[in-house]
Amino acid sequence: MQDNKPHRNECEEAIHKIYHFMDGLLDEEKRSKIAKHLDDCRPCGKAFDFEQEIRKVIADKCKDKVPDTLREKIADAIKHDHK
Amino acid sequence: MADKDKFVEDSMEYMPQLYSAALRMTRNVQDAEDLVQETYLKAYRAYENFETGTNLKAWLYRILTNTFINIYRAKQRKPEESGLDDTEELYLFRKWGNSQNEMGRSAEEVVLNSLTDDEVKEAIEALPEQFRIAVLLADVEGFSYQEIAEILGVPSGTVMSRIHRGRKLLQKYLHEYAVRRGLVKDDTLKVGVASEQGGN
Repeated sequence: MQDNKPHRNECEEAIHKIYHFMDGLLDEEKRSKIAKHLDDCRPCGKAFDFEQEIRKVIADKCKDKVPDTLREKIADAIKHDHK
Repeated sequence: MADKDKFVEDSMEYMPQLYSAALRMTRNVQDAEDLVQETYLKAYRAYENFETGTNLKAWLYRILTNTFINIYRAKQRKPEESGLDDTEELYLFRKWGNSQNEMGRSAEEVVLNSLTDDEVKEAIEALPEQFRIAVLLADVEGFSYQEIAEILGVPSGTVMSRIHRGRKLLQKYLHEYAVRRGLVKDDTLKVGVASEQGGN
């Protein structure tokens, strides 16, 4: 996938389909072809690992603490609604 | 059919996730609290219609998302954003992969992990709404395309397009934060996240 490497269609296809691959949208034939390519081609494999890490970091950094007052408000609202 | 008396017990564990999603959607603490409360009340009132054994988390997110779209966005519906398809795949990998290096860790990982929680949250909140919701549901909440299609009531092809475009745009925004913080250099950068945020 790098410019200093000989042009390879396999790299292009793997990168173009990287989200489809990550999200499990490919049929078995295409999936295993790309999986094999990611194993064989170090730059593409690294790129794929990084895409997965981006996703993980985003999910990890998007957490917020629920204010206690909100929990209480919701519990009260439900209790009140029940009557 | 679910037992209404068990609603609190069944549903409270999802509150932190729903609250985070509400914050990203509304971009405002007060609106997020109102949205979560409204969601829980609606869910409680409709709990008899919830089919026990099916996906409660997805059901709650459907209520949250629909409530957000119907109430908080009723006044400013926008058509599907277009013209954002020019971003290439692996944007951050290409931008950061050759930046400064550190022992034991790749350069791009160092930059990624240097971003703060607030920067990542702001970058997500800067995404156009349809992309923001799709990326949140997929990459933060871990729903499948099929589940997201059901939550949003749109075809899964639409879900896919929103997720893919949203991810690429989010990578652009994250890069802007990294540049602004001096974590990486980029002379080609023009558009600022701040100007995107001012759009609503």
